[in-house]
Amino acid sequence: MEDCISTSALLTTDGVPLKQSLKKAERKNKLRAFLLVFPLLLFIIVTFVMPIGDMLFRSVDDSQINGVFSNTFNEYKKWDKEKDVLPPDEVYKALFEELAYGEKIQIGRALTRMNYSKSGWKSLIKTTSREIKKAVKKDELPKNYKEFLISANDKWADPTFWYAMGQMVNNTTPIYYWNALDRTYDQDQNVVMQDEKRRIYIKTWIKTLKISVYVTIFCLILGFPVAHLLANLPLRYSNLLMIFVLLPFWTSLLVRTTAWIVMLQQNGVINGILVWLGILSDDGRLQLVYNETGTLIAMTQILLPFMILPLYSVMRVIPKSHMRAAQNLGAKPATAFWRVYLPQTIPGMSAGGLLVFVLAIGYFITPELVGGKDGKLIGHWIAYHLKTTLNWGLCAALGAILLGVMLIFYWLYNKIVGIDNIKLG
Amino acid sequence: MPLPSYATPVQRTYYYAYLFFCAVVFFFLIAPLFAIIPISFSVSPFMVFTEGMLAWPPDPEAWSLRWYKNMIGDCSADVVSSTVPCSKKWMIGTVNSFYIGIIATIIATTLGTLAALGLSRPHMPYKGLIMAILISPMIVPLIITAAGMFFFYARINLVYTFTGVILAHVALATPFVVITVTATLVGFDMNMVKAAQSLGAKPMRTFFKVIMPLILPGIISGALFAFITSFDEVVIVMFMASIDQLTIPKQMWAGIRQEISPVILCMATCLVLLSIFLLTTVELLRRRSEKLRGIKAR
Repeated sequence: MEDCISTSALLTTDGVPLKQSLKKAERKNKLRAFLLVFPLLLFIIVTFVMPIGDMLFRSVDDSQINGVFSNTFNEYKKWDKEKDVLPPDEVYKALFEELAYGEKIQIGRALTRMNYSKSGWKSLIKTTSREIKKAVKKDELPKNYKEFLISANDKWADPTFWYAMGQMVNNTTPIYYWNALDRTYDQDQNVVMQDEKRRIYIKTWIKTLKISVYVTIFCLILGFPVAHLLANLPLRYSNLLMIFVLLPFWTSLLVRTTAWIVMLQQNGVINGILVWLGILSDDGRLQLVYNETGTLIAMTQILLPFMILPLYSVMRVIPKSHMRAAQNLGAKPATAFWRVYLPQTIPGMSAGGLLVFVLAIGYFITPELVGGKDGKLIGHWIAYHLKTTLNWGLCAALGAILLGVMLIFYWLYNKIVGIDNIKLG
Repeated sequence: MPLPSYATPVQRTYYYAYLFFCAVVFFFLIAPLFAIIPISFSVSPFMVFTEGMLAWPPDPEAWSLRWYKNMIGDCSADVVSSTVPCSKKWMIGTVNSFYIGIIATIIATTLGTLAALGLSRPHMPYKGLIMAILISPMIVPLIITAAGMFFFYARINLVYTFTGVILAHVALATPFVVITVTATLVGFDMNMVKAAQSLGAKPMRTFFKVIMPLILPGIISGALFAFITSFDEVVIVMFMASIDQLTIPKQMWAGIRQEISPVILCMATCLVLLSIFLLTTVELLRRRSEKLRGIKAR
């Protein structure tokens, strides 16, 4: 009905209904705006979002080993574990063939993966392969593959190895996530804790959270009075003092970390001053760096600007008259501060606190350089598996968990402050 | 915020304690940066204040430029020390850092400014979602970004190449450009664009003659942020760069890990000076931008 009225009543000079023409213009505007954003959006998706997606994919991917042992795994799936103690002969045959004619490099990589599930696979397959190669060379294919493999290595008669294979026969696996939480599979395929001495990740996760919480609290304690001072001084002075906050913010992270090594080391500035003042004896110098203390001190200083800046921008707009009014009405300064001023700074505290916390849990450079053995955070293990052990699945799983934790906190941050309200300097 | 004249002694004590606390925090923020500068002029091969440096009257023997000479690759006899290697690495790193930084800045600034222009238009669809995606490289911890990029770029043979490092740095730097330029565009008077167009200017001409001069301070600030992001970035280069893409941060990292030498402090001093320069420039630009847009100084 409405359409009829408007179309019959309003036409542009070209004779097109106005509504339609307006819609067209709007669509054109939308398209134009989108076309401006499109190049960057595409760029970020290709160079950043897809790599992160690739990492998430790798954290569950198990296709490599399924490519190497595809026949074995297919036959394996047909094995009725209730009926037979050991898998049927076809499984042994497929395994024999795939070990005999498979690509050596691919088998090697698959072996590394198998060892993550259960130790002992590597040596088992290696000894078996040797026997298989000998047999193939002599052109003597065994009549009974099962007997042949068991005679090559009697572990093939051990059902626990066969049960362990059950974790690998799918294209995706949760094993890296379990490993990242210090868990593994036992022989009955239950998820259990790792051996006592191999439990490192939960400890590191807890330490990462603990240090991040401490750093956030220290930043709040140190940052609150400073932000208050900056917000209440006349602009001339506060702009000048702001340099003290912004200069570290602009300085290279490595420079600041190096500076802390110079300050904190045993012959460093702080120990030197303490000895000179006679507080410490010359051989009683404090171990301040290459441990948790060093990580805490350095990270607090490095992240402090991220606490001060949001606090400052909130405190700046709190009217000074509020405190005066409260005191005028008879509140003691402490009460006035506690009941009137502090509640108004909560948005700033939560913004700064979340920002510092989120940055701290993902920190890598500083803990790595000043943390020594016991000050290292979860980032250390991600780097370690990426570069040293090449256990990329575990590396990706650790990264994915860290990313998940971060996203929860950013979601909170977005609720409280709004991501697009981030300001720089 | 001076103390009122009727303040009680207790209030006075609190007030001075508060000022003292703030002074300590300011000192904590800034002292480490300035502690390294004198040590970089030390003659000793260790990163410490030597007795000669602290002596009064000053002992000229304790001070030297030998580590600066070492940094610029001058390996003459008075520079070489048994514990401190001397090589051209610092200079190669500087060249690479500027090379990667400048190319990354140009790409990031172009893409970021275009995107900011689009995002500031009132007709932009899915603004929140797109903004979240564009900002995400700044939010995700570098170690995760580095791992993801290493996996992905390895598939397309971009690890250990300049292209790979530059692409990664552009991705990390664009959020800063987007944020800075978007902030400049807030309060930008769109009527000026309409005025230009009604006078017959084509969109390109409108951009270069009307919009660009007004938001230029914001663009330059964004570009400086982008540059310093790339210039200081170490995690990505640690994983994605080979020895051929040696940059200053990579060399500093290696220096801190292996051969703690005062040469690192010389480079650190240079970087502190660079950051002072950039901070001043950005601050001046911010003021100019506010003046251009008619926002009164706070």
